[in-house]
Amino acid sequence: MKSTVQSILRNGTGWLLPALIVLAWEIAARTGLISPNVMAAPSAVAEAFWRLLLSGELVRNIGVSTARALSGFVIGGSIGLIFGLANGLSGLSRNLTDTTLQMVRNIPHLALIPLVILWFGIDEEAKLFLVALGVFFPIYVNTLLGIQSVDPQLVEMGRVYGMSRTTLFFRVILPGALPAIFVGLRYALGIMWLTLIVAETIAASSGLGYMAMQAREFLLIDVVVLSILIYALLGKLADSFARLLERLTLQWHPAFQTA
Amino acid sequence: MSVIALNPKSEAPVNATRETAEARALRETSPGQWFPYAAPQPRARDTRENAFSFRGISRKFGDKTVLDNIDLDVPAGQFIAVIGKSGCGKSTLLRLLTGLDKPTSGTLTVNKGTAGENRTRIMFQEPRLLPWAKIAKNVEVGLTGIAKGAEAREKSLAILNEVGLADRAEEWPSVLSGGQRQRVALARALVAHPYILALDEPLGALDALTRIEMQQLLERIWLQQTFTAVLVTHDVAEAVALADRVIVIDHGRIALDLDIPLERPRRHGSPELARLEGQILDTLFGEKAG
Repeated sequence: MKSTVQSILRNGTGWLLPALIVLAWEIAARTGLISPNVMAAPSAVAEAFWRLLLSGELVRNIGVSTARALSGFVIGGSIGLIFGLANGLSGLSRNLTDTTLQMVRNIPHLALIPLVILWFGIDEEAKLFLVALGVFFPIYVNTLLGIQSVDPQLVEMGRVYGMSRTTLFFRVILPGALPAIFVGLRYALGIMWLTLIVAETIAASSGLGYMAMQAREFLLIDVVVLSILIYALLGKLADSFARLLERLTLQWHPAFQTA
Repeated sequence: MSVIALNPKSEAPVNATRETAEARALRETSPGQWFPYAAPQPRARDTRENAFSFRGISRKFGDKTVLDNIDLDVPAGQFIAVIGKSGCGKSTLLRLLTGLDKPTSGTLTVNKGTAGENRTRIMFQEPRLLPWAKIAKNVEVGLTGIAKGAEAREKSLAILNEVGLADRAEEWPSVLSGGQRQRVALARALVAHPYILALDEPLGALDALTRIEMQQLLERIWLQQTFTAVLVTHDVAEAVALADRVIVIDHGRIALDLDIPLERPRRHGSPELARLEGQILDTLFGEKAG
């Protein structure tokens, strides 16, 4: 009994500070310390949430944004993974492409927004392109790093025991590179939301970013704040998912062993 | 070196018991106490064909000659130890034998076993276990291309039992001690019943007590499985305790080829072992050391 209370307390401590902030915020808004034109009260945000949920607008916009984010992520992530694997395994491929990729990497991908709007207008392709480009590099760089840092002694061991190239890849190289690939994955998930929000804020006709920009036009501060909170929640959700995946696949790693 | 037994520390009371200090030490440290096995029998594979032979083998790295015109025949089933100072080329010899490296000149013949299989296994100084595979799966790596599925599993559990780790089959390598990991590596090397087992200072990183335990284990399994063992080591005591024959390599050449005709199990620190150890050290360091 005592231990369950303790564990609730321990797990709950992380949420203590946000709860206090929300409470202070509500009090400040109610007493008029914060003007309603500057910041909406938490209760007003909750109200906006309920209103948009009932009208179906919120679900539709979250759905549109999530679909964009994930498809961009899948496209950019798989290309990054393929290039990372190829350049990690083959010196020829690395010599051929790495210099080019490193040059492109140093261009901030959001700087391409004007160009992308010229190319694709404000259609889906524009968002997919930007998200894919943003996600590509963290995955590529970390996959390459992961493969290059696989213990050469283990690779030699695999060869001595007569592993074929395929077996060597799946039994030794890929598992060895996995921790680094996961670092890239979590990084990429953050960049995925960031890119999408910026792209949707600038050029879109649907989605969360569009919803926030529309609300700004009509001075609906509660909806603007709600959009920002939903971004935070979605980002946290993506990160938790990546960590769950990490914990499942890296059970062997001392850092993930509970005992 | 362990020459302590030459001067027994305590005189046993002559009348109180018939047992002398020496005999008591033998009884107390006899490997039979730890790993009971039958007295040494004639080796099963005693046809005395060669497991492998080096003919005029040289290996150069740039200008540096690491192995210089080595001739060496090792009969099947022999336990041979290779000793030398660091950088003398003993590890290169092992890498040539296991095909990890190619000689610059000369011919190397490695025989196939009775079943026509050519299984040369190497055990490294580090365990080199896959950290992402459970112990049993790590042992199954030794059966790559030989057995799969339930058969591989069964064999790996059997050999784990042999090295005393059957109850750890479902654990990750990271929770084992250094000595236990090296035993898993031994199990992996042995699971496919190698014809030649090359050991590259496999006990070098272990503490003294674990090392003696591992030596006993290695000897017992070698007596059972009758493979040809090639042990590279810098520990002269270990070499004379385990091997049928000791080779000393100095400046890329065989400086000494010495048979160790002692009965097994051998007792650490016996006078004969100490004498042979002295002889080997003399070769390594010149007469000054003796």
